[in-house]
Order: sequence, then C-alpha cells, then structure tokens
Amino acid sequence: MSGVFVGMPAFPKNAAKAVQNSQLRFNLRKATHTIRGKRAAVVGELDDWAELRQAGKTIKDHTLRNLDRYLVQLEEKVTEAGGTVHWARDAAEANRIVTRLVKDTGETEVVKVKSMATQEIGLNEALAEEGIEAFETDLAELIVQLGDDFPSHILVPAIHRNRAEIRELFLKKMAGAPKDLTDEPRVLAEAARVYLRKRFLESKVAISGANFMIAETGTLVVLESEGNGRMCLTLPKTLISVVGIEKLLPTWQDLEVFLQLLPRSSTGERMNPYTSMWTGATEGQEFHLVLLDNGRTSVLADKVGRQALRCIRCSACLNVCPVYERAGGHAYGSVYPGPIGAILTPQLRGMDTELDRSLPYASSLCGACYEVCPVAIDIPSVLVDLRAKARHSRAEKAGMAAAGWVFNRSKRLAKAQRFGGRMRRLVPKRLPGPLSGWTDTRDLPEIPAESFRDWWIREGKR
Amino acid sequence: MSAAAREVILRRIRSAVEGAPEAEIVRGYRGATGERGDVELFAERVRDYKAIVHVVPRAEVAATLAEITGGRVLTVPAGFPSDMYAPSEGEPDGVVSTCAVAVAETGTIVLDAGPGQGTRAQTLVPDYHLCVVRDDQIVPNVPDAIARLDPTRPLTWISGPSATSDIELNRVEGVHGPRTLEVVIAIG
Repeated sequence: MSGVFVGMPAFPKNAAKAVQNSQLRFNLRKATHTIRGKRAAVVGELDDWAELRQAGKTIKDHTLRNLDRYLVQLEEKVTEAGGTVHWARDAAEANRIVTRLVKDTGETEVVKVKSMATQEIGLNEALAEEGIEAFETDLAELIVQLGDDFPSHILVPAIHRNRAEIRELFLKKMAGAPKDLTDEPRVLAEAARVYLRKRFLESKVAISGANFMIAETGTLVVLESEGNGRMCLTLPKTLISVVGIEKLLPTWQDLEVFLQLLPRSSTGERMNPYTSMWTGATEGQEFHLVLLDNGRTSVLADKVGRQALRCIRCSACLNVCPVYERAGGHAYGSVYPGPIGAILTPQLRGMDTELDRSLPYASSLCGACYEVCPVAIDIPSVLVDLRAKARHSRAEKAGMAAAGWVFNRSKRLAKAQRFGGRMRRLVPKRLPGPLSGWTDTRDLPEIPAESFRDWWIREGKR
Repeated sequence: MSAAAREVILRRIRSAVEGAPEAEIVRGYRGATGERGDVELFAERVRDYKAIVHVVPRAEVAATLAEITGGRVLTVPAGFPSDMYAPSEGEPDGVVSTCAVAVAETGTIVLDAGPGQGTRAQTLVPDYHLCVVRDDQIVPNVPDAIARLDPTRPLTWISGPSATSDIELNRVEGVHGPRTLEVVIAIG
C-alpha cells in the first residue's frame, strides 16, 4: 500500500488520543447512529435479505476461486468494446501507468471521482510529483483534499468534520468562495457545485474507480449520489479507471444482487441517486482500465483471510462498530478504517509495522460487523486468525504458555485460584516490565477471596 | 511492462487458489418476475426522494407537459415523441426525456441512450430534468430491470435528484446533477 499515514503510532495510542476529542466523538456518534437506523429500516423492507446476502457471498467466493479466468474474460470484452486494459502489480506500477496515460493526453489537470483504490495507492501524490494536479470532485473528498487531511470513513471521508469547520476551510482554501458563506449544508454544497462546475466542463481527463466490473460483458459500474461521478465519467474525452482485481462479477445478472445489497447497506437508501454503467469506449470517449493487484493476491492466498476480498466497501461495519464510533477513522492509519480495515490493511500491507500489527486488536470481537456485512465476511474470525499470526513478545508468549498449563488441569486451576485469593491484596493494578503491555490496555478483574468452585463445594455439602 | 505484469498477476492468482474447493453460487432470492410493476408504488417511491411526480392518462401527457413546463425552454433529445412536447425557442434551462425501464420497488428510472433519451451529458448538465415514464416500462424490482436492460448500452440509473450527505450526514438534494427531477407517469 502507499505512503500515506506512514510513521503513525499503533492503534491504542491513536485511539487513546481520539477518545479525548469530544467534538469528534459527538460527530461520529451522531453520524453512525443516524445511518445505522436508516440501514436497518431499508434492509427490513426486503424479506429475502438473508438470501441476497447468501447470494452475494457465494457469487464473490465463486469469482475469487476463478479470478484468473474471469479477469481474462473481462480483458477480452473491454478490449472488444474499444477500451485498453493495463495490469499493475503494485501501487508504484499503477501510478506509473496512470501518469503516463495522463501525460500522453498533454493535460496537466485531471478530475477525480471518489475512489478507494486510488486513495490506497496514493495516486494524487504521485501525479503531483509529475506536475499533474488532481481535483477531487466528491464533496467529502474535496473537504479532505482542501484541508490536506486524511479520510476517516469509507463512504463519508469527512465524517470527522462539522459544518463550522467546513465553512472555515472553504473560505480559506476554495478559490472564489462567496464572502457571505454560511455553515448551512445546503449553502456549502452550493458553493462546491459552483466551484467544480467549470472544472467538469473543461477537464479533458477523468480518473475513477469502479464498484463492479462484469466479466461477461466488460461493463463497469459506479454508484454515487452527487452527480460528480456522472460528470467525470461522461464529459471528459479520456477516462481512466483504476480498479482492484477483486471487484469483478462473472455475469450481468449478478448485478441484480449487488444493486440491492450495496445501497441499502451503505447509505441506507433503497437506491443511491445515480448509478453509471458503461462498456468500453463510450460515446466517443477514450477508455483505459487499470487492473490493480497491490497485495490482493497475497490476501487471496490466505485460507481464512481471503474472505476480506468479498468486501464491496459499503461501510456498514464501520457504522455499527463500538470501537470505530469512539476511536474514529484516523486511528486506524489507513484509507480502510473500521472493522474491515482492521482485517484488510494488515493483510494488504503485511504486519511489519507496529501500527499494522496492532490493527487486529482494534476490536472487542462483539460480532456486530459480521451481522451487518452484506457479503457475510466473518470479520471476528479473521481478526482472531490475524492476532495469532502477529508477532508476540516473549513475555506474552511465556505468560500464555503458563496460563495454558494452569487452565489445562482442574486441580492446578483450583490451587492457583486459592493462592490468588490469599494473595489478592498484593496483586498490583499494573503488571511490571514487559507484562505492563497487557495491563495497560486492560483492567485486571478483582480477585475474589473464594473461587466459585470452592464456594460450590462448601455450599453443596449443606 | 504490462504484459509481464499480466502474467505475474495471473500466476499469483492461480497459485493462491490452488487446491481451494470450487464455490457454488446459491440464488435463493426473489428473481425477475416478468410482471408489470405497481404504478402507485413507483410514484410513492420516487416522491420519497423528493422528486415531483404526476400520474396522468396517456392522452393527457401533452397537456400536462405544456402546463408544467410553461415558461421553461427544454432541450428535446432526438426521438422524443413530437406529439408530446413542442420545443420553444431560446436558451434551454432543462431537459425532457423518455426512459428505458423504471423500477417500482426502488423508485428508479433507467436511461439507456435510446430514442428520446439523448446522450448521457444531455440529461446531466441541465439543472432540471423532466422524465416521461410509460406504465408498461415499470417493472416490480431490480432483477426485472436487469433482465430487460442491454449492458452494452451506456446506462444511467436515476433515483431522485442528485444529493449529498457529506456534511454531518444531512441530506441535501441537488449537487452536481439536476437539482430538480420531475416525473410524469403515463397510464393506460
């Protein structure tokens, strides 16, 4: 993955700081609870939701199992329809391809549709280094870009900003923003509309991602709300789409499942305002598709973790997560925050940094994320599996081995409990040395004077 | 080099899934019905998105269009029924179109660049979009719409006017696409 967020401390440190920010907690609580309610209402309207979810899961699993075959089919169909397909092994290669394609047009400015894949590879930064300016056109992405900020939510990247902050930002950074700008969301949206309109009409090159690609037909699908997607996808002469290889669906018919699962899970609507579908070079456009691996094939190789590739980036798991609600998106140090980020980021980037090793622990394993996931990704199981794979300190390993030895025999456990009960006044709140890592993030339970087993034996004799 | 990258990625995939069991697709959900969609449900669901909806007998469509577009100058894409709307002179500030399919359950209109629908840009850039939907174009649900549509055509699915919830999750109608969507459903 890319260089954004590099050098960030581990999750517990970021989270500890974030929970002190009461404005952030207020914004997040309000936002996640609103969207949770909306989602539950529209999901409840469909009595075949469980079957749709099952279909979504099995279509994705089937696609991943046969990914090579379907990618080749997609390439053939896109090429037949006048598009050009490029393959990128990693972020650097994808950035090089896109940079070259933009340079070939002679343009130095591009408009962009919100895309997780291009965030992931740090495309804007790579283009900037080559003298190409990328303009984000999604309102939230624009807010993040103007603020030189990081996204904190998959669907609403500026969820951490309130209206007053956005107004300040527009006045300071947005050329031509009206002096009498208020903080009414309607007025702020209007300011963005005016600011971007000229750009849409004049830009020659657009860069997008895609929600789905159909192998059978070579069709690409983008779901959005504002119309900036339609603007970018239809008006510029050249369209470049950067899409992760796992975004594939085998057939046109498969879309009938995902067009029901995605809008209801993400924005809590029966359908999002706009969905664009195009096949190859459309209405005189030049079309390039960049297929991105960037760690996906190594995720695919992991028997437990590969289910993370089913993800359709709806963000329902973020909105129900008690940890996300309190820590916020930035604490995860990745463009993919929340529960899905906690399993996707360490798999895509590897667990080489302290931050990425800490992500599988950014969860209470309550399972709410699994329950709302429209493609049934068992996030808690993947988290547990990743925890086992993460590097552990010697002290922790020794502690776990000792605990295992004690718990393995009931007599040993009874002895240990009696000993603990007698010594309970002497047990410190914080363990010393390397063991402090354990107690810094957990409260030690009060040790009772008598264990339940002893009490049972004593009382049972009466 | 792109050719090398292609081979490397395909090889990585093959070795990653080697030995994994085949995964069967299970489709227990409601599929396409092949039936007509409910006009009232469609009208209600489109209204939920804060679009303006009129349900009128087919014979009265022309009169309805004349009434609601009074004073406006609309772009009329090629193939739009000439007996329904007569374009007036001047700088257009909106567009009138037909559609390919409409979905009752989700209140969605789908354009496929067919007759009367224009290019994708024609129904996007103006601030006002008036769409005429015939009752026989309304299908019950999403699988019915997918079954009827041709994926090789450029498709635009429209569910209400453009909107954003990016500021404190407050829904604001009207950002880059047409800020007003008006739908006339022709019945009979």
